[in-house]
Amino acid sequence: MLEKALQGNKAYWGWIASLLVVIGIGFGFYVYQLQQGLGVTGLNRDVSWGLYIGQLTYMVGIAASAVMLVLPYYLHNHKAFGKLVIFGEFLAVSAVVVCLLFVVVDLGQPQRLMNVILYPTPNSVLFWDMVVLNGYLFLNIIIGWSVLHAVKKGVRPASWVKVLIYVSIPWAVSIHTVTAFLYAGLPGRYFWHDSLLAASFLSGAFAAGPALLLLILMIVQKVSDLKIPKEAIQTMTKIITYAWAINLFMVLLKIFSAYYSQYPAKMAAFDYMFGGYGGEQLMPWMWNFVFLGVVSLALLVIPATRNNPVTMTIALVMVFVAGWIDKGLTMVIAGFIPNPFKVHTEYWPTIPEVFISVGVYAVGLLILTVLYKVALAVQRESAS
Amino acid sequence: MAINRRTFLKAAGLTTLAGVAGHAAMELLAPGALEASGPSKVGEYPEALTAKRWAMLIDTEKFTTAQVYQKCVDACHILHNVPHIPGDQEIKWLWTDSFKHAFPDQQHALVPDRIKNQPFLVLCNHCDNPPCVRVCPTKATFKRDDGIVMMDMHRCIGCRYCMAGCPYGARSFNFWDPRPFIENIDPYYPTRMKGVVEKCTFCEDRLAKGQLPACVEASEGALIFGDLANEDSEVRRVLRERYSLRRKPSLGTNPHVFYLI
Ligand code: SF4
Ligand code: SF4
Repeated sequence: MLEKALQGNKAYWGWIASLLVVIGIGFGFYVYQLQQGLGVTGLNRDVSWGLYIGQLTYMVGIAASAVMLVLPYYLHNHKAFGKLVIFGEFLAVSAVVVCLLFVVVDLGQPQRLMNVILYPTPNSVLFWDMVVLNGYLFLNIIIGWSVLHAVKKGVRPASWVKVLIYVSIPWAVSIHTVTAFLYAGLPGRYFWHDSLLAASFLSGAFAAGPALLLLILMIVQKVSDLKIPKEAIQTMTKIITYAWAINLFMVLLKIFSAYYSQYPAKMAAFDYMFGGYGGEQLMPWMWNFVFLGVVSLALLVIPATRNNPVTMTIALVMVFVAGWIDKGLTMVIAGFIPNPFKVHTEYWPTIPEVFISVGVYAVGLLILTVLYKVALAVQRESAS
Repeated sequence: MAINRRTFLKAAGLTTLAGVAGHAAMELLAPGALEASGPSKVGEYPEALTAKRWAMLIDTEKFTTAQVYQKCVDACHILHNVPHIPGDQEIKWLWTDSFKHAFPDQQHALVPDRIKNQPFLVLCNHCDNPPCVRVCPTKATFKRDDGIVMMDMHRCIGCRYCMAGCPYGARSFNFWDPRPFIENIDPYYPTRMKGVVEKCTFCEDRLAKGQLPACVEASEGALIFGDLANEDSEVRRVLRERYSLRRKPSLGTNPHVFYLI
């Protein structure tokens, strides 16, 4: 079926070519980073994870959110999602690939990557993160591909595929939960050490992921013959609304427990993020997060604006960006500031870091484009 | 670069993959049998200093001048080829910081002047329940039977999870190739490569040769090193007599560096 990705018009090939250029530039910067070391990033002794690990965290959520289509469709027989589930699964595939690439570009000695498998270490959450991420990748490739095959042949998916689909539902939850455990299981990192972290990761992801998927599908609808059923849009926006409301509620919970208890170490991270005590790098981003979060929630809660295509699109973009600020940028950095000595060391990504990240995302978009192209062609053929 | 790519291809190659299954099975059936963290081999050298549980005491009353501190730091850093990298990507094994920073939970307005104004030596605490060991995905960081928390620089993949895990800021990452930043390379101790983490090792290399850690030797008696498990040891005697503090005890890591006040 993959050959279907080789037929396309000028715009399609132009898009592919520009992605390849961006990937090429990113790869060039990566070679530079390999030669020089991670010194070319803005990372330092105190803030030892930054942009790369932030993207890993955010994209794990995007991948996990596929379950928001799979679950209603397969467990509740929500028919409107029928044609869309495959796009959710393929978004998950490209998102997990992006995650794994971000792990690789973050390593100081990437050629030793195999050590994680050669010396399996069950006490390390990172080991389990690798297990669940790779497992989820294979699950979605197998499920997506065999479902698509069944559509092509005009038959129902085999029953073993059904089993895998049911397995994939808790598995999706596990990838974001284990990723949250990477942070929540560390002593002395007060901002991360939070039993709600996994739950708040999931709620944020279940808003931002479907928001991204819906935005992508609206673009796909413009450039192809895909029709998104109205009912599907309505269900998805409702899911996004509830998940987003829960996510913002959890932010308030954290702020309450920090400030009402007056626990200095818990307050320190919020003081720094919102008040800029010790540095002002993250402050504008956090206030933007608050603004985007609140306005998008209002747009989503009010039925008139949720059902209006223009205001809905604005709300989706806002949710996606706010989710990125929260998980992709500030969450990781603020966990390290202040450092164990209560000293504020700032971090900001450098140009190589940004280009490498953009390059990794371009790889994800390339995979996504190819998979979507195949899915659309197969669905078109089977419909005619 | 050429070497990097070649090694990478080799690592990803099928030959390695074939070995993975066997290794993994062995690890599950007999955990630790293959890894570098097996029983410590110090006992094989007759002159080696051995202990059931090494610990260090830092006598803050004896550290009266900054020079004594500097002597300890220099002894450590010169001996172990620790590079001098300016800025926030530096490498530190042993260094000083204020009471306020070393003990962020213990400061109050009326801390005695001596304590408030004097520098405190800080280093890896060789914790008994070390989070850095718990989180390391490759066992590159491991704890020996005698309590020393060690690093295998050849196994570390540079994920820096241990740095996030250590609540004492005791670990450094080689953001750059360290060699150009070392003034005089000591040929008797290996230098590191870029992309790996490193930290204080309680001078396990010196203990194996029957010598005390370099900082202890340079400290003119202000640092005491010994076996905490041995009731008759000097560290035990001093801890019985003097009041001591440990950094962040509430985190449950059980540090084995004690500050005599
Ligand atoms: S001080 Fe940090 S690096 Fe040293 S053993 Fe404890 S947690 Fe590990
Ligand atoms: S950086 Fe090296 S020592 Fe630290 S956790 Fe990763 S592999 Fe282990």
